[in-house]
Amino acid sequence: MSRYPARTLVIAVGVGLLAAACNASNSTSTGNFSGTTIRIVTFTGPQIAEPLQRRGPDFEKATGAKVQVITVPFSDLYQKILTDFSTKTNSYDAMVFDPQWMGDYVPSGYLEDLTNRVQNDTALQWNDIAPFFRDFSATFKGKVYTVPLDGDFQMVYYRTDLLQKDGLQPPATWDDYISIAKHFQGKDLNGDGKADFGSCWAMKRSAQSYWMFISVAAAFLQSQGTKQGSFFDTSNMQPLMNNAGTAAALDIYKQLSKLGPPDQLNNDVGDSRGLFVTGRCALSLDWGDIGPLAVDKSQSKVADQVGAVILPGSKKVLDRASGQLVDCNSTICPYAVNGVNHSPFAAFGGWSGAINKAAPAKTKDAAFAFLSYMSQPAQSSVDVTIGKTGFNPYRTSHFTNLGPWTASGMSEKAAKDYLGAIQASLQSPNMVLDMRIPQTAFYQQTALDTALAQFLAGELSANQTMAQITNQWNSKTDELGRQSQLDAYKSSLSVTK
Amino acid sequence: MSGEASARQVPVAASRRSPLVARLDRSAGAVFILPAVLVILAFSIFPLLASLYVSMTRLSFSEGGIHLTYVGFGNYAKLLVGIDRTHFLGVTVPLTPLTAVVLLVIYGGFAFLLVRYLRGPGRTVAGFVGRLVTAVIAGALVWLVVDTVMTSGRPGTIVVTLIYVGVDVSAQYLLALGLALLVVQRLPGRRFFRVVFLLPMMITPVGVAYLFRMLTDTSKGPLYPLWAHFGLTDVSWVTNPWGARLAVMIGDVWQWTPFIFIVLLASIESLPIELNEAAVVDGANRWQMFWAITFPQILPATSTVVLIRLIEAFKIVDLPNVLTNGGPGTATESLTLHAYTIWRALDIGGSAAVAYMLLIVVTFVGISYVNLFRRRVTAMA
Repeated sequence: MSRYPARTLVIAVGVGLLAAACNASNSTSTGNFSGTTIRIVTFTGPQIAEPLQRRGPDFEKATGAKVQVITVPFSDLYQKILTDFSTKTNSYDAMVFDPQWMGDYVPSGYLEDLTNRVQNDTALQWNDIAPFFRDFSATFKGKVYTVPLDGDFQMVYYRTDLLQKDGLQPPATWDDYISIAKHFQGKDLNGDGKADFGSCWAMKRSAQSYWMFISVAAAFLQSQGTKQGSFFDTSNMQPLMNNAGTAAALDIYKQLSKLGPPDQLNNDVGDSRGLFVTGRCALSLDWGDIGPLAVDKSQSKVADQVGAVILPGSKKVLDRASGQLVDCNSTICPYAVNGVNHSPFAAFGGWSGAINKAAPAKTKDAAFAFLSYMSQPAQSSVDVTIGKTGFNPYRTSHFTNLGPWTASGMSEKAAKDYLGAIQASLQSPNMVLDMRIPQTAFYQQTALDTALAQFLAGELSANQTMAQITNQWNSKTDELGRQSQLDAYKSSLSVTK
Repeated sequence: MSGEASARQVPVAASRRSPLVARLDRSAGAVFILPAVLVILAFSIFPLLASLYVSMTRLSFSEGGIHLTYVGFGNYAKLLVGIDRTHFLGVTVPLTPLTAVVLLVIYGGFAFLLVRYLRGPGRTVAGFVGRLVTAVIAGALVWLVVDTVMTSGRPGTIVVTLIYVGVDVSAQYLLALGLALLVVQRLPGRRFFRVVFLLPMMITPVGVAYLFRMLTDTSKGPLYPLWAHFGLTDVSWVTNPWGARLAVMIGDVWQWTPFIFIVLLASIESLPIELNEAAVVDGANRWQMFWAITFPQILPATSTVVLIRLIEAFKIVDLPNVLTNGGPGTATESLTLHAYTIWRALDIGGSAAVAYMLLIVVTFVGISYVNLFRRRVTAMA
């Protein structure tokens, strides 16, 4: 016992209050990391890299840790990280990546288990992150490996002014979508005297086209809830890529390739977003990025003229027993709305930050502090309203607190419309989960992407495309072990929403 | 010390050398060569053998790291007869009368050359076997090109690469020769153009690819007024297979013509002027002077620069990767891009197998070119 218990108590309380005050005023003060450099790899910006680069200096001022952001093209990111891990080069301390790749990174033991860290970090407000993102984007086999920084759903965007003027309703089905796209194709939509486009999609090879295709196909392939899955039969791991549902989706995909700009097959999301916000397209399919980009007056010509809806659906769905399309009814489409089966696609899952298990202990602490700082509501609620960040809402507070949205220039109505479309997707019992099994990159980025590009280019017919995807997926599944892949797939479908 | 004195001392010094020193002296040659041999082993032979082994494996991920499983020729089988066959070799269809005639003419040419060699004075068994092997492999490649390009079939990455090599190197050589002949004339501003013609070679290939991506975009970009004037804004180069290949080839020709140009220019400028002066006195016209005097004298330089460009052209990757990502479909995908695409999904065994197939084709073309063309040309010169 101290000789001066009262004085000691006063000092201790004083220090405690001071620390609490500091913590309240600056939520990054989770440690002193002077002399530490965090090397974070992510994809070539500006999206995703931009907020990391912008907030890095602020974090350095608060904690002393220097943030070095290394960027590589998206198509190289998966193998760059994995090569760095497997060769034990360990040149990256942390990475902001596609959570689908956890299927390869976690079993190999490359990622730091963050379970205890997220539970002990009150500033992170873990429970404010929507359950789906905590589970799908952050958790693998019961342990937390990433900190979500982004929430991803694909939605359809439309020009409210154009549809209103012509008395059209936003598309509820893919047939509606095509009908509206045809209606506006070739008309001048932004008053510059040039013919514009009914629909603008990213259909370039080695970019984002396969997510766009799955957004269409899912409406036909999955109707009985999230656990049914859209990629494989959960009884035998046979691909769901060679049936009447996929054929219908390919037909729509092909039609849409002709209802857009002439070089649509060479457009990625950067191109399609640019075309949409400059008023050249009536419709588009994208993640949440178009919402904030549309109110960015430095580049947008369609501010407050953009609406968003949940992905269109289908009145016919695949009967997996017969392989044929059947009309929706309450048995086969239990979650249909007005007879339309909607299957909102959580494409990609949202960019998430992870830490290299082999990094030095102090660097791992600093890296976690930075990821936490980026995700905390004070930072993320602003970042998700800025189009160039590439971050979309993923916390409950992002949906309930409209202040940052209206401050960004979005009207309250537009904000509610935009956030409502995301929430409708997030709350759907028939939400489609993206693939997250070992070597997902091969299944999607190589096999599916190449076959779709060949189909759009006319190199393959619809039947040849479906057969090629099925053969390549089956070949990879057999290589890796059908049962282990099936277990991984079923496990990936068991997420909390 | 005088030279005479030192000469007298040499036998004495030699007789005093220890056996160790004598042994070192004997192996001095090997010791001096050893560093070079080690460098070659480390940086050429070892990677070559290691990648050969990798091409016969399959990568998988397991607890604690990666695991390579030996699969023999499985990755090669995928390319030649398996699920990647149409991607690699293309889609072949039954021959049409036209393609059958074309193949017969080409194969007839091969047969004629072989018979001529057999009847010639310098024939040897080794020479005949070499030519026979060349004819068989060349025949197979020609069949692949004719049957996938001149029919309703579809060229695979190997044929697309051969098209790039054939068209690009030919066009680059003809353009470079024309420019070099132009620049050696005493025209105003020739020094300026000599520098300007070299500029494309100085630009990084990725930069050239982005430049051509902008130029070929008919809906916007610097050439938009031109496309609009001709009503071509609704036409896309890069969504049509041959339009996209043409865009890639134009970019490659634009970038690498300067390399051939500078070599040919140096060669032409170093030629003695006396032969041309004598030809003028004899009344030869410009074409006769070029064909009978200049061209034969630049053949050694031509053969060397074409060989270098042939080998380099096989490795084209930046332009199709940035300009079209190998699309539309796989229409512009070269062998290197094919290997890179597979490698991105970390199928390093499959990627190494594609790289080895490329190595085989390049080696075959290079050796055939040297044996059948370059040596003859050099000897003639």
